Formats: sequence, C-alpha cells, structure tokens
Amino acid sequence: MNATHVLDVTRAQLFALVRRPAAWTIVAALAVLNQVFSFLIPYISYRSSDPSGFDAGATPEELLRGTLPAEIVPNTLGGFPVFAGALTLAFGAILLGSEYGWGTFKTIATQRPSRMSILAGQVLTIVTAVAAIVALLFVLSAVTSTAIALGEDRSTALPSVGHLANGYLGGVLILSVWALVGGVLAVALRSVALPVGLGIVWALGIENLVSAMADSVLDALQPVRDVFPGVNAGSLVAALTPEQIGTPPPGVSDAVSGGRAVATLVAYLVVAVLAGAWFHRHRDVS
Amino acid sequence: MTAAREAVIEARGLVKTYGPNVAVDHVDLTVRPGEVYGFLGPNGAGKTTTLRMLLGLVRPTSGTATVLGVPAGSPSALERTGSMIEGPAFYPYLSGRDNLRFVARLAGVPAGRVDEVLETVHLADRGGDTFAQYSLGMKQRLGVAAALLKDPEVVVLDEPTNGLDPAGMRDMRALVVELGRQGRTVILSSHLMGEVQEVCDRVAVISNGRIVAESTVEELRGGTSLLVTAEPVERAVDVLVASGLPESVRRDGPDLRITAEPRDTAEIVRTLVTAGVDVTRVQRDERQLEDVFFEITDHPQGVAS
Ligand SMILES: Nc1ncnc2c1ncn2[C@@H]1O[C@H](COP(=O)(O)OP(=O)(O)OP(=O)(O)O)[C@@H](O)[C@H]1O
Ligand SMILES: [Mg+2]
Repeated sequence: MNATHVLDVTRAQLFALVRRPAAWTIVAALAVLNQVFSFLIPYISYRSSDPSGFDAGATPEELLRGTLPAEIVPNTLGGFPVFAGALTLAFGAILLGSEYGWGTFKTIATQRPSRMSILAGQVLTIVTAVAAIVALLFVLSAVTSTAIALGEDRSTALPSVGHLANGYLGGVLILSVWALVGGVLAVALRSVALPVGLGIVWALGIENLVSAMADSVLDALQPVRDVFPGVNAGSLVAALTPEQIGTPPPGVSDAVSGGRAVATLVAYLVVAVLAGAWFHRHRDVS
Repeated sequence: MTAAREAVIEARGLVKTYGPNVAVDHVDLTVRPGEVYGFLGPNGAGKTTTLRMLLGLVRPTSGTATVLGVPAGSPSALERTGSMIEGPAFYPYLSGRDNLRFVARLAGVPAGRVDEVLETVHLADRGGDTFAQYSLGMKQRLGVAAALLKDPEVVVLDEPTNGLDPAGMRDMRALVVELGRQGRTVILSSHLMGEVQEVCDRVAVISNGRIVAESTVEELRGGTSLLVTAEPVERAVDVLVASGLPESVRRDGPDLRITAEPRDTAEIVRTLVTAGVDVTRVQRDERQLEDVFFEITDHPQGVAS
C-alpha cells in the first residue's frame, strides 16, 4: 500500500461519485425520509390538533417538543438502524458493485495503485461520503427544527457540542458499517442488484423478525439478535439519545449497551475491510 | 547486454487454466524496446488472457512475467504501461473528458494530459458528451486515449481496431505505427492478419493457448513463390526437379507454382529455356500472412517444430 496511491484512488472515486445521479438519488431519499418522519408528520399531527392523530403515545406538546432543535440528535439518527441503514447499504453496493457491471474495475486496476491501495481508497471514499451525508442530514435537521422553533416561538437552543459530536460520530459509524457491508457484498458477488436485495431483506425483514421472536417466543435467540448490525446500530442510537420523547423509531432499542454496540459495529467494519482485501487480492479481474 | 535486460516484456512458461480448460499453455514471449509486437490468433486462442497476465489482472497458474524488469502488474510496472484490454470500460454517466480526468487522477497524471490525448484520438470536439452517448468507435478511441494518458513506455492494446470503420482502422494503425516511432514498445493483439502485417515488427501466432510461431512478419510469410507458364509443362517439371534449384514444384492448373529464393529466379528461367521449354509467363507472388496463418493454425504441430 502506498499513501499517495490511496489518496489518488480516493480523489478519483470522489470525483466520479459527486457526478453520479444514482448517488444523489440516495442522498435525496435519505433527506426526504428524515424530514418527513422526524419533522413533517409530528408537526402536522401537532397542528392538526387531534391529539390521537398520529402518535397515540404523545401529547401535542410532546409532539412539538420532539421537533425542536434540542432534539436534532434523535431526529437525525432515528432512521439509521433500519431505513437509512438499508439505503446506505444500497449506496455502498452501487458505489463498489457497478465497477463489475461496467467492467471499470479493470480500468482502475491497471493504472498504478495496487489492489490494497485501491481497497483503502474505496474505504476512504465510502467513509468520506458517509461523513458528508451525515453532516448534511444534521444541517437539514437543524434548519427545519429552527424554522419550527421560530414559527412556534420556542427555544432555538441546540444540544451541547459534546452531545452533537457524539451523535455525529455515532451516526457516521452506523452508516459506515451499512455502506461498507453493502460495498463488500457487492465486491464478493460482483454485482449491485443481489447485495441490495439481500441487504434490504436482511435489514427490513430478518432483523425485525428475529428481534421480535427473541423478545417474545424464543429467549434463546437473544444472543444471536445481539450481534446483528441493525440491532447494534439501534442500541447505539438509544445510548446516544437517552431523552427520547414518545415512542422510539423502529429498531431503536436498548438490546445491548452503548459500549458493546460501538465494539460490535467496529468489528463489522474490520471484518468488512478484511473481506474486501481478501477478494481484491485473490480474485482475477475479468 | 543480456537479452533479459534488454527485454521490455518477458514471459516465461505462462500457464492459465480454468478448471479443466487450458486457456494459456506455456507461453514464452520476449518483446524488445521500441518494438511493435503483434499477437495473432483466432477467437478463444488465449490472447486476452495472456495480456491480462502481463497487466497483473489475472494471476498465472504457473510461470512468470516481467514488464520493464519488474513483476507484471506491480505499481512500478503499471505506472509506465498504458493499456486497453477487451474493449474500453468507463462510467456511462461521465463525459469522455471526465472519464479521462478520473483515470488521470488514479494514475497520478497531471490533468493537462487529458486534452492532449483527446486530440490524439480525434475526440476533442466530443469530449463533453457522456460515454453512454458515444458510438462504438468513439468508445474504442476513448479507450486508446486513456491508454496514452501516462505517456507510457509500454502500450498494451487488445484488438484496438475492434468496432472501427475503415477510416478509424486506418487512423488507429497509423497511431500504432507512430507510437512505435516515438520509441514506445507496443504489444497488440488482433485476429486481422492485414493489420499485423501492416504495423508490427514481429509477431507471435497463438492457437489453443500455445505459441505456434514467433518471428518477423517477413520470416513468417516465408519465401515467395513463382508462377510460371511453360510449354510443354511435363518437361518443365522434369527439368526443374533434375536441376535441384527450386524447393518445390507443383502444378497449379495449366501453370507451375515454384517455391524458390528470389535470387534463383533468373537461373530457373535460363535452365528451362536452355532445355527447350517455352516460357510465356513468370510472375512472383508474395504469400499473404493470412495464408500462413491458416496453414499454421490448422496444423499447429507441423509448424511449431
Ligand atoms: N474467466 C474465465 N473463465 C473461464 N474460462 C475463460 C475465462 N477467460 C477466458 N477463458 C477461456 O480461455 C480461452 C482463451 O480466452 P481469451 O479471451 O484469452 O481468447 P482470445 O484469444 O482473446 O479470443 P478473442 O479473439 O475471442 O478475444 C477461451 O477458451 C475462454 O473460454
Ligand atoms: Mg480477446
């Protein structure tokens, strides 16, 4: 591996990524989902003055308080364990998997960087993109919540810098795991469609099903559940947002402690990178 | 200087098997500096697989390859090698120019090279169109442009004229000849004999994964043949065989086809005339590489030995 070559790969990949319509489609979907579920629906419920309209467990006052700037950490991270996770998995799969469909991996592999430099550059690209996306989501949350606070004459105070920073870093960790798992699955399967399909079934279906069963009929499933990426993402979000107002979003639970969630997510990152390295090193490019 | 130090590309005993199929079977290659080297073979012969091994894309089952004295596919070999293997591969959503900028960043080449190579392949005016909008020939030219970005010492081109119209083919061949003149070492694969004959200094013929011939185009084409019309033809055959001058004599319709060294032509005619044979036509034919190619690939054993 060579640091200059790694940065060459990262710069090249980011250059192509920001010009890619599919990437922006996913970013837009993430932003819209976040705005609709964290702000629009709670705010409309509050305005509609039907206290039992949307969220039976919350009073109108709680609904409004949940959309204010003080709550931007839970509001931004709420979707990360499930929906944003699935979308980000697709993002990673599209980013690394299209190289096989278009045959562009051979173009990349014949320039100069070694396969290990290419992998390091790809990982750096994904983490950089995720960091930018999470920052964008935080900014959009801040703008919307501030607008609501100004309109409703409420406090525009943001959470403390420490709280924001933890929330941001936690968010980057969670989405980096999803994106890298998607990317490495795409490398392993040399395809985009297959990992996206598998990832969505996993994130939206299997994790929910196993979690539900572990909570009800079969306690023995709990240790299995507790190593799932979505469950650990949800536990990290719960740990970062102790002051959750109303019902938590899907997947946000306290199945494991915050510390264990971070350790598990980091383990997923490491395993994904090692698996990617193995595939890049040992596979022929054809 | 030893041959090994001189060689720009050196392959020894390259083998690649896919399950029970042997795609490349003990291939040895030596390409010298500044040479335009042709790699000729029918579909499925193993040309692309061999070139992939020279770029480190495919790991040989056994054997070794070096490029510019370092292991094939290593960063220090790749940074001095430009290539296009099995067609151009770019992002469809980026313009041709942006695709080249992408490659330039990967290769650590200044972005200023992009417009130069677009000029070289006559794509400058279409550089802003997305790759998806390019015609087959334009895509092919963009692939060659990308291969030239590094100002490479070695250029590896897998069937570079694929999909080009006659004018595009002519331009591409001229470009390859020019690359050789600039002192670059070029290895190109083709199944078009005429192409190899036109642009290559030396050629290797590959069939079923094996090199069945390697030499200059002239050597491969072999001696020329004489077409002679003589009367009476039986007597002409007897006289020539008795003289021992030609390598072979055979009837070709009413005429005779004689394989002989060019310098023996006058002696052959004199012998016939002296023996009372009327010679009404003597014509020298050059064998086309195409004929040689089919001969070799039809009967690989006969020629390889
Ligand atoms: N990835 C692969 N898996 C299995 N077999 C392969 C693979 N790549 C090539 N082959 C086989 O290896 C042999 C040589 O293929 P190769 O692509 O090198 O031929 P070629 O000389 O380039 O042919 P063409 O003129 O058609 O491009 C063929 O029989 C092909 O089927
Ligand atoms: Mg081929």
